[in-house]
Amino acid sequence: MSNDYLIDRNGKKYEVVIGLEVHAQVLSESKLFSTSPTKFGSEPNTQVSLVDAAFPGMLPVINEFCIKQAIKTGIGLNAKINNKSIFDRKNYFYADLPQGYQISQYKDPIVGEGSVVLDLASGSKTVGIERLHLEQDAGKSIHDIDPKNTLVDLNRSGVALMEIVSKPDLRSPEEVNVYIKKLRSIMRYLGTCDGNMQEGSLRADVNVSVRKQGDDKYGTRCEIKNVNSIKFMQMAIEHEANRQVDILEEGGKIDQETRLFDTKKNETRSMRSKEDAHDYRYFPDPDLLPLEFSNEYVESIKKEIPELPDQKKSRFIEKFNLSPYEANILVSDLDTSKYFEAVIENSDVKLSSNWITGELFALLNEKNLEITSSPISAKNLSKLINLIKDGTISGKIAKTVFEMMAEGDKNPIDIVKEKGLKQQSDPKELEKLIEKVINENQDKVKEYKSGKEKLFGFFVGQAMKVSGGKANPQLVNEILKMKLK
Amino acid sequence: MSNIIDLSLSELVSNIKNKKISSNEATSAYVERSKKSKNLNTYNEETFETALKKANEFDSKPDFNKKLPGVPIAVKDLFCTKNIKTTASSKILNNFIPTYESTVTQNLWNDGSILLGKLNCDEFAMGSSNETSYFGNVTSPIDKDLVPGGSSGGSASALAAKLTPATIGTDTGGSIRQPASFTGTVGLKPTYGSCSRYGIVAFASSLDQAGPMTRNVKDSALLLEVMSSFDNKDSTSVDFKRPMYSKDLSKDIKGKKIGIPKEYRVDGMSEEIEKLWEDGKKYLKDCGAEIIDISLPHTKFALPTYYIVAPAEASSNLARYDGVKYGFRTEGDNLIDMYEKTRSAGFGDEVKRRIMIGTYVLSSGYYDAYYLKAQKVRRLIKNDFSNVFQKVDAILTPSTPSSAFKIGEKSNDPVSMYLNDIFTVPVNLAGLPGISIPAGLDKKGYPLGLQIIGKSFDEQNILNIAYSMEDKINFKFNLKEWWMNE
Repeated sequence: MSNDYLIDRNGKKYEVVIGLEVHAQVLSESKLFSTSPTKFGSEPNTQVSLVDAAFPGMLPVINEFCIKQAIKTGIGLNAKINNKSIFDRKNYFYADLPQGYQISQYKDPIVGEGSVVLDLASGSKTVGIERLHLEQDAGKSIHDIDPKNTLVDLNRSGVALMEIVSKPDLRSPEEVNVYIKKLRSIMRYLGTCDGNMQEGSLRADVNVSVRKQGDDKYGTRCEIKNVNSIKFMQMAIEHEANRQVDILEEGGKIDQETRLFDTKKNETRSMRSKEDAHDYRYFPDPDLLPLEFSNEYVESIKKEIPELPDQKKSRFIEKFNLSPYEANILVSDLDTSKYFEAVIENSDVKLSSNWITGELFALLNEKNLEITSSPISAKNLSKLINLIKDGTISGKIAKTVFEMMAEGDKNPIDIVKEKGLKQQSDPKELEKLIEKVINENQDKVKEYKSGKEKLFGFFVGQAMKVSGGKANPQLVNEILKMKLK
Repeated sequence: MSNIIDLSLSELVSNIKNKKISSNEATSAYVERSKKSKNLNTYNEETFETALKKANEFDSKPDFNKKLPGVPIAVKDLFCTKNIKTTASSKILNNFIPTYESTVTQNLWNDGSILLGKLNCDEFAMGSSNETSYFGNVTSPIDKDLVPGGSSGGSASALAAKLTPATIGTDTGGSIRQPASFTGTVGLKPTYGSCSRYGIVAFASSLDQAGPMTRNVKDSALLLEVMSSFDNKDSTSVDFKRPMYSKDLSKDIKGKKIGIPKEYRVDGMSEEIEKLWEDGKKYLKDCGAEIIDISLPHTKFALPTYYIVAPAEASSNLARYDGVKYGFRTEGDNLIDMYEKTRSAGFGDEVKRRIMIGTYVLSSGYYDAYYLKAQKVRRLIKNDFSNVFQKVDAILTPSTPSSAFKIGEKSNDPVSMYLNDIFTVPVNLAGLPGISIPAGLDKKGYPLGLQIIGKSFDEQNILNIAYSMEDKINFKFNLKEWWMNE
């Protein structure tokens, strides 16, 4: 497939190669190895057990629900589920890492290779998944409350994360955008991660390298640590790729290193070089047995997997004759697709799709609301669409009704009745109305008849105006044409 | 009636059940004796007042259905005890008071037992002589310049000096069996997974196991019965049907096949040990058991393997003692400085030595040559045992290559110290149960022990063998109470 994101420098074109390590917080009531709750935004150090704080003699006990969530996600990524995996200790010292090691999976992750399909403007593209493994989150160090001390909040310590590692298959900031959104969509469908980037439930380490267009060897990569929004990922990639191209163009070479993205200055900074890389001294955690489960267990979980975005998209295209573009918009968010399916239960599909992706999305956007807290229920939107479909109101009036509905989810049938907005479709009434318009505008009639046919729109407009917008536009057209002959 | 302190655990229990002795009388007797025995330096923390209070509470509302009704007991200071200082004999935990109780000690209290205090041990259970403790070395009641062994040295010393009717220790490479052997007492390391590790300060997670230390085999059976339980708070705890070890104890070992591993006849082994072993075989034959020569070919690799695996795990397990959350802290200019100062001052030399060895063997570039290799050898050692257990029911070996050594004799020679564990370490690596019973005295009059190694979860079998040998051996040691002050 063609890739149009290339960096042009001195007539040479550079391709950008990107791989992501996404850290997705597992949606779970309790932590990976303890029974502490995981509620976001709680008072500091209130969601902490003796295990999370690494008291002497405390031992980790695996939370089976988190295992199930990881398997589900693996299935959603079309990935190989490993019936035997191992928890390792990743050893390093930090104030917010109470054990002095993070329990993670190193050589034997729970999920192996898989893939994700991206819908891009240029067509679809498959991105490889290298692996998914489970690990504990660390706590949080807070440096800006006390001038002399660092404070530590262990609420997050021990929370389960899935690290989803992609292959270096992404080629542009836009592809990264679509990839993250797709991952998030899959995990939300599965209920395995809420994908909330503001709350840190989804963050990523971004690996970036560049190479001349046409080269088949990858360049040396740099890893940009812990970027927590798609926008920042895109900015970081753009900056980092250009930085690398500049170095190469000046005849330099890229050092493999870990970098940080400074969101204020919009630049990446070196954090540590490969030589300074931590020696994490990984080894299997002797407090935990290897994680083993049967094929039957995986099969039983497969039965719980709901229809995923790709399948839903195909169904929408086939069954409802939607365009791939429309279908994509409707399925990318599980709640939107649910809303859509609720509306079309009793209404026209095409109109429903248009109204949801048009008026409703605009309204939600304006009010900064999620579709789950939409001021207009699916039931009432469905009624509005039926009023349009059966000719009770025109599309234009429908927009007015829609606005009124937005103020407290009113029933559109009641609004139409109360405000007398029913479309005027009685030909005799319309004829009278149109005759009045013609009589009052004889000069324009003359002009029209002498060839100024553009004036037809003027008559339609006048008729609509006189009717207060309620006249059936189709009938107005027909009658006008007849009368102006 | 004989003195309360001369009764075995089982005898004390039946006397309490028969209302011949009250919990208060028993507890008072041990408290008094412990108070007069400070010269041994066995206690890190004494809870005598609370113990007496609890004894009175028990007496006012006795429950004789408990297995250890109102029985006072002192435990190794590696078990976390709720609201009572728990230090692992380390400066770094010198001020640590847990808000929780280890599963094993909880099992003791649930069955009616009362805590007398926390017993000294090697720092973080790293040592074979109880000389690495931050609170000073422990002296053996056997003789005034002798080590009690380690790491459960305080436990062994207190038990042998009759400061507690029984005690519990932990055994990572011999820390129950070696001090038992040095002090003429019985020490049992159960199968890995039998006793929960929850709430025990970790040394090497894949090897650590708690076990009973008692005056006789029957007491060990009783105490194991109370200690051992399946615990879902420890992922390595094993859910198997636990026998009633004391009830099922039997001296009938007729027809049992006992293996004698030729590799345990090490270079320079003394004639005394040789004779002890021969006598052991004879006793077993007298009991109707069959003696079979066996081979455990990878035995010579056990010690080096152990001294890679145990320090590797320890280096990681001890990372949590960093001065951030609890325990001792030395302030520093920044986080790294604080870590370095805290850990430099908080850990003793032996602990530092093992942290450094462990860090080294896990480092990139060395991992494959050391840690990974050690794991492979560990597998071979396990296989050795599985193979011979096709042919024999248990294995008889000496517990240690010599009797107790003098205080200070080996403290500057870690390798010679490590060699003490040569017969006990393979059992931990294989996760098997092993029991050391007193079997005789050397020329100096110091106790020597024999070890019986069993199949996984076959504690009943080695207890039965030990029980029948105990009768034949009829071990006697004339304890001179040289350490007591009036």
